[in-house]
Amino acid sequence: MSEKVTISFSEEQEQLLEVAINFARDKSPIKTVRALIEDDLGYDGDIWQEMVDLGWLGVALPEEYGGIGLSLAEVVTLAEPMGRHLMATPFYAVTLTGQALLAGGTEAQKQEWLPKLASGTLGACAFYEPSGEWNLGAPDAVATRDGDSLRLSGSKCAVVNGAGAEVLIVSLLLEGAPALVLVEKGQIPDGALRREVSIDETRRTYGLSLDGITVPASQLLDPARTHEALKHIGKVGCLLLAADMCGAAQAALDYIVEYLNTRKQFDRLIGSYQALKHPTVDVLCAIESARSHLYYAAGEFDGPQGDMAVRMAKVAAQGALSFAGDRAIQFHGGFGFTYDCDAQLYRRRAIWGQSQFGDSAYHRQRLAAMLFDAS
Amino acid sequence: MAPTEKELEAFRGEVKAWFEENRPPEPDFLLPQSFMEVGTDEQFYFLRDWQNKVYEAGYLGMAWPEAYGGRGMDQAWQNVVTREMVRQQVPFMVNTIGLNWAGPLILMMGSEEQKKRYIPNILSAEEIWCQGFSEPDHGSDLGNAQLKAERDGDEFVLNGSKIWTSLGRHAKHMILLARSNPEANSKYEGLSFFLAPMDVPGIDVVPIKKMTGEYGFNQTFFTDARIPASTLIGGEGNGWKVAMATLMFERGASGGQAGGHAQMQRESSHLIDLARRSKRGGKPAIEDPLVRDQLVKFVMRERSVRLNSARSAHKALTQDRPHAISISGKYLITELTREMNEYALSLQGTNGAFYVGDPGAVDKGLWHRAYFNAFSATIGGGTSQIQQNIIGERVLGLPKS
Ligand SMILES: Cc1cc2nc3c(=O)[nH]c(=O)nc-3n(C[C@H](O)[C@H](O)[C@H](O)COP(=O)(O)OP(=O)(O)OC[C@H]3O[C@@H](n4cnc5c(N)ncnc54)[C@H](O)[C@@H]3O)c2cc1C
Repeated sequence: MSEKVTISFSEEQEQLLEVAINFARDKSPIKTVRALIEDDLGYDGDIWQEMVDLGWLGVALPEEYGGIGLSLAEVVTLAEPMGRHLMATPFYAVTLTGQALLAGGTEAQKQEWLPKLASGTLGACAFYEPSGEWNLGAPDAVATRDGDSLRLSGSKCAVVNGAGAEVLIVSLLLEGAPALVLVEKGQIPDGALRREVSIDETRRTYGLSLDGITVPASQLLDPARTHEALKHIGKVGCLLLAADMCGAAQAALDYIVEYLNTRKQFDRLIGSYQALKHPTVDVLCAIESARSHLYYAAGEFDGPQGDMAVRMAKVAAQGALSFAGDRAIQFHGGFGFTYDCDAQLYRRRAIWGQSQFGDSAYHRQRLAAMLFDAS
Repeated sequence: MAPTEKELEAFRGEVKAWFEENRPPEPDFLLPQSFMEVGTDEQFYFLRDWQNKVYEAGYLGMAWPEAYGGRGMDQAWQNVVTREMVRQQVPFMVNTIGLNWAGPLILMMGSEEQKKRYIPNILSAEEIWCQGFSEPDHGSDLGNAQLKAERDGDEFVLNGSKIWTSLGRHAKHMILLARSNPEANSKYEGLSFFLAPMDVPGIDVVPIKKMTGEYGFNQTFFTDARIPASTLIGGEGNGWKVAMATLMFERGASGGQAGGHAQMQRESSHLIDLARRSKRGGKPAIEDPLVRDQLVKFVMRERSVRLNSARSAHKALTQDRPHAISISGKYLITELTREMNEYALSLQGTNGAFYVGDPGAVDKGLWHRAYFNAFSATIGGGTSQIQQNIIGERVLGLPKS
């Protein structure tokens, strides 16, 4: 622990962070969040277009593919404030899709799709399956060669923003090995997408039946890079969720503090009771730590410590948001138990975050191997 | 002018070599792990001479003004030295109170005369400092301190007692919080702060045995002890403000310390090493999934403390609650240290039963001692519960308890 560590934080990050903080605060007040929960699409198309116009979907895509050519470190500064305001947009799904293609797509696929994604075309990722398995490299879905085509079968779930997507990246087994395939909207039969009841009602996720879908073999992503691509996808997913959850945890803390400073019982503000004050301090400390892990991971993403840092960031953010949401419910008493109390929004978001790309114990198990078994 | 990374790197090489060459040989007695544990004369003299040597080599107080024995350099140089001292696990700097809180306090608000008089000897360890804050009946409620300081011309007459005085037997001076005006409007206004000499008649220092079985701190009795009024700092009646500033230095929430490490920090790497050596079901404990899970949790918490301070460098990343990191540091580090040492005992299996002095004690009982002594930091300097109050009230704006 005697070595000096630094967190790199670029000017671009700083600028984007300021813009994103204001944007998310203005565009996503809690009543908008609530209203969008009732909305079928789940997000406001005009606001989405504004984000597209700001260039946010291309931030981490190379200029040659229509992006801005920055990195995921800058994406984190956008994702954190959006999480803080529970902002519902396809930003997460489209960013992840772009990164999947960038890491695993053929040159032709990247040429075709990345500029579109950068300018707001919707994309989605279909990795998870009814087995509940987190390991992206062991899907049950299958692709079978049929001349120049691939016949897909099996089912996918938790496909975020799957319904509106023009392009989906699907993981499956091809000749016994994991592979990624691009599926276009027009190739999906009617009724193959089913809206799921997501624990996080601010998100729109879908189940996808692959049976009956056939795509040209040219839609296979570069088989030589599948392994690398899956690794990258997992890492990006963790980083984005860490940012989202760090943001949401801060909002949950603000929500607790607000109540502790206004609600009175026994003629005293409840925040004066240490049974509430001290755990709230621990929530704060968990968040501060999580944000430090997050911004370190953001800056270190491609560095030698990147994999470790990103996993730690996810674990820390997960812990902070789960804890903050859980205490937010309890500290609001009977009101905390209601649908109207925002505490549930935070707690639900944490549960959703935990369900994607591995929970904390899963990552700690891998971190242990990196920390203790490396020669 | 701030040094370049390259200059610092070159300097680090120099420092590394110096400490490798000059670190004192391991003595044949157990060394304490912090200033709060110095129990015997041989421990004390060993550590005092070591600090003196480090200072003479130019490696202490590098950023303090030259006029008072420092070197007037950029803090970055001192940080290189301090980190290297931690890295090489050389013995800590024993005049901890002087270097880390009395010294910065005197530099901040002392008179020119006081700076000249006290600072050089703090650095050289010629004069050791102790702290007279806690009293038998008033600890956390520091503002209620009752030790009497009555003015008598150019002197104050002290009566009462202070307790848990670390280094009290070796100290030449005490930073002392005392009640100079019992009739003041509030308990806080009646306090004054002194740089009190310990060698005047009427001061008795009585050692107290710690739970480790060793000595370390003391009760200090004052019976008509007379100290010069010139030892006042911050002005009569302003003692509370001075004490608060002192505590900010003590908790590491304000910078300005002379440098050098103040304790032998047990780190997760030591714990991991212990887990490699311990057995579970015939295999190294480090292979046990539950042990691994717990160790990763510790590693992450330890990293967050470092990463927090790295993040502090960016205002944009601390804009919501700018003081959260500095104010919560003490609470996080001390609780983590306590828990890691506690866990070490369970890793030892049946050998956890043996204490310092038994041939079966793992690492000579170091972990047991470290666990017990870890409470010195979760209690001393404001308990963890008091830290939680402070963080809740100052950082989150919650109402007072
Ligand atoms: C090893 C060691 C070395 C020390 N060295 C020095 C020294 O050199 N000089 C010096 O002046 N002092 C020293 N101290 C004293 C230390 O600062 C005090 O022990 C500490 O401030 C607590 O005061 P107390 O012992 O009176 O406990 P109390 O204040 O009586 O506390 C008892 C318990 O009540 C809790 N508590 C008290 N008030 C509150 C509250 N408002 N809210 C919630 N919980 C509360 C505390 O957390 C603690 O758990 C040292 C202590 C130790 C252990």
